[in-house]
Amino acid sequence: MTIAKNWLTRRAMGALGLAAMAAAAIGSTPAQAQGTGTIKVGILHSLSGTMAISETTLKDVMLMLIEEQNKKGGLLGKKLEAVVVDPASNWPLFAEKARELISVQKVAAVFGCWTSVSRKSVLPVFEELNNILFYPVQYEGEESSKNVFYTGAAPNQQAIPAVDYLAENEKVQRWVLAGTDYVYPRTTNKILEAYLKSKGVKDEDIMINYTPFGHSDWQNIVASIKKFGSAGKKTAVVSTINGDANVPFYKELGNQGIKATDIPVVAFSVGEEELAGIDTKPLLGHLAAWNYFMSVDNADNKAFIAKWQAFTKNPKRVTNDPMEAHVIGFAMWVKAVEKAGTTDPTKVIDAMIGVAVPNLSGGFSAMMPNHHITKPVLIGEIQGNGQFNIVSQTPGLIVANEWSPYLEGSRDLIADWRSPMSCGNFNVKTGKCGGSAK
Amino acid sequence: MLRILLLCLLMLAPICAPSSARADDAANEAVVALAGQNFDDIRRGVEALGVSGSPRAAAILGALQDGRLVLGADKQLFIKLPEGGYQAALTGEPAADPGSVRPVRVNNSIRRSVDAALGALRLFDASAATRASAAEAVFKSRDPAGIPALTRAIAAEKDSGVKRTMEQARAAALFAAGDASEADRLAAVATLRDRGDIDARALLSTLTNQPPSVVEAAAAAVKSIDFSLQLWSLLQSVYYGLSLGSVLLLAATGLAITFGVMGVINMAHGEMVMIGAYVTFVVQTIIRNHAPGLFGASLFFAVPLAFLVAGAIGVAIERSLIRWLYGRPLETLLATWGLSLLLQQAIRSIFGPTNQEVGTPAWMSGAMQLGGLSLTYNRLTIIVFAVLVLATLMAVLRYTSLGLRMRAVTQNRRMAAAMGIRTPWIDALTFGLGSGVAGMAGVALSQIDNVSPNLGQGYIIDSFMVVVFGGVGNLWGTAVGALTLGILNKFLEPVAGAVLAKIVVLVALILFIQRKPRGMFPLKGRAVEA
Repeated sequence: MTIAKNWLTRRAMGALGLAAMAAAAIGSTPAQAQGTGTIKVGILHSLSGTMAISETTLKDVMLMLIEEQNKKGGLLGKKLEAVVVDPASNWPLFAEKARELISVQKVAAVFGCWTSVSRKSVLPVFEELNNILFYPVQYEGEESSKNVFYTGAAPNQQAIPAVDYLAENEKVQRWVLAGTDYVYPRTTNKILEAYLKSKGVKDEDIMINYTPFGHSDWQNIVASIKKFGSAGKKTAVVSTINGDANVPFYKELGNQGIKATDIPVVAFSVGEEELAGIDTKPLLGHLAAWNYFMSVDNADNKAFIAKWQAFTKNPKRVTNDPMEAHVIGFAMWVKAVEKAGTTDPTKVIDAMIGVAVPNLSGGFSAMMPNHHITKPVLIGEIQGNGQFNIVSQTPGLIVANEWSPYLEGSRDLIADWRSPMSCGNFNVKTGKCGGSAK
Repeated sequence: MLRILLLCLLMLAPICAPSSARADDAANEAVVALAGQNFDDIRRGVEALGVSGSPRAAAILGALQDGRLVLGADKQLFIKLPEGGYQAALTGEPAADPGSVRPVRVNNSIRRSVDAALGALRLFDASAATRASAAEAVFKSRDPAGIPALTRAIAAEKDSGVKRTMEQARAAALFAAGDASEADRLAAVATLRDRGDIDARALLSTLTNQPPSVVEAAAAAVKSIDFSLQLWSLLQSVYYGLSLGSVLLLAATGLAITFGVMGVINMAHGEMVMIGAYVTFVVQTIIRNHAPGLFGASLFFAVPLAFLVAGAIGVAIERSLIRWLYGRPLETLLATWGLSLLLQQAIRSIFGPTNQEVGTPAWMSGAMQLGGLSLTYNRLTIIVFAVLVLATLMAVLRYTSLGLRMRAVTQNRRMAAAMGIRTPWIDALTFGLGSGVAGMAGVALSQIDNVSPNLGQGYIIDSFMVVVFGGVGNLWGTAVGALTLGILNKFLEPVAGAVLAKIVVLVALILFIQRKPRGMFPLKGRAVEA
């Protein structure tokens, strides 16, 4: 199947957005705005431990968004109150803290998690206690829960367009799929491998390499990439290397003199925040695929960056893609609550589908029935100042394939949380809900 | 006839000098393309400018390569000068500040075209290094159009190394030239075979449309290159192993003192390394702000400072925490582990959770070619640094009175006390020394790893592994242990993959410890039995 089928035109998305706004305006009757209490919003991001490096920023952006909403008069006539907990990069603790947020603090919704394993850890809690989680990070797909809204990219909203870009613009024929050894890179690479093979790439033109978390000695892996790239065919590296391991990886690339003009590296986990820790001059031209870059040139984004830098009192503070995902997720939740006239999770979950809000890349993102959002895909080249130069943007928005069409077993599954189907893994072959991904 | 000639001379000088006029026209057209939005147009503009023959081509393309070619409001091109100010791109005349500008758009394929075009233009540059890199760029682009220029450049070249690179570049381009004779092609194969590196192999293995004799010669050349590459790659793996070993050694040396000599299970050891890295960051920030000229020497300031800071913190930890816990390994383990979390969070609160940028001085960037070996300067520096640190430490322990006292206290505390040594102070100083060495390791690690609060965590397990494997209490053992583990790891990695290699090394280590619980070089004597 081609991706083009899934592209909606901007105009269609705009229309959907208008319809949703109209619905929101009708739905929020003042009668529903009761009392003077507060609405609690849970923030479940690690503020200590390994993941603090990425997640602390998301906590801050949530605090900013909540403060801003309160300045606008709150929600349903009440003030919003942020409840911040620290799951300390400890996966079981995520589940405990999620339970605490929902059962003890009685939050209306939770914004949180970064790694897939933390999301998997809290999933049963949200389903059992029927609350809402907004998950802002790109992930491997193969999941759709009634209680989770995925505002990050699914593989077809990031990985596959990036590979297409390299194949078309750089005429890449040989692929290194390099990743950290855990579920997101493994699943993404499985999807990419199947996709590349479906495009006629041969087995010997794909090299797959996994490294442990925090891998810091890249010497012979980079050397083997260099060797793999010298077979006379244009070669590129598709990197799902996560977090801490990236800095030494890029430093080694620079040291061994691998330039983007020879072997470009396209990364799915390297954004402005990660680059803030590296001297990017040797990385000039290496790529990243995201749905948002800080360098997107439009008024909304500029205003957002100004607000963020003022909020953090740091004029050099950067923005990144998961932050934008929270901006979209929060705006959608606010809209859905206004539409439902209540913060009751069951009603808000139903109200969420079809809600469309402006994203920061210049357009509208809409919540689809599979609980994923529509996004544009941008490809950026790293510049000397740690920012990205956007070299390609999909002409329309892309709808997420939560179940990848390139994987055996997940090919026949769809998610649709509208009644009467209301199912996260409906098997179109057997016509039954609950088809397993295996 | 004469009249026409005169007319020509008087009025139509440009027509009589057609080559320069055409060059200007071509350059004008190319520059218009550069001002466009479309990447393909810009790339064509670059290519056209490269062959336009315009004297400004090299300057314009050079500025584009450095990101200094900018567009003014009315699509005029300017070159932003490194020392400030602007220059009109086409004429090279100084220009007034054009106000708001944006750089000409560049992507990888444009960058490739710029490199290739500049390579052809700079073959006659005054600097040998520029000519060499120009020849290397032509080698990569393999454009047969460059052959005449290369031939001229080779004839004019004085530097033998640059000349060789130019000949290789000509050989690479020759295969695509339609009119090259078979003998020339065979000679080109021989030239590339002599080059013998991975790029030459790539070129030779992918030749198409060649006469049979050339194909045969190329296949033989590939075989011989493969053989020598394999030999070099063995040596290269040894270097990688040494380099990983030296990193492990640096991280473990401090621990060899606190754990090996004093017997304190110090889980906060990694955080001392991290503090050393943050000291480097602070030193570099100060130098960047106040004395940018000294940046190349920043690490020389950072090393002693990191030693002092981490050492002082080490002494403070010993005096306030560890001295109450001697002889209680389990409590020490828990207390120092808690301390490590405390230190991490403290750094996180002060500097923020994100990575800090520590720059690499120019003399530590890049790599050096030694035959088929590529030795990266930063790794080479770290190997040398590790050896220096180890040697200094051994000398301190062996030849200074402080070292003598340290050894006396660890071997027989009561006897040493009876001889009048203030054992509590020696304990504090020994712990401070171990921590200080860890701090110096942090300076080195800041060059190859993230400077984040988590830096130390990645090294603590490896450090304990090295010390236990080498033999507790023995610095030589630590050195041999680190290098063995490093080389073992690097030879396993290509075969088993990085994840499995780590597991195999761990399992092998466990089995080894089962057989020899005291490590490779156990201490002997009564002190050990006690």
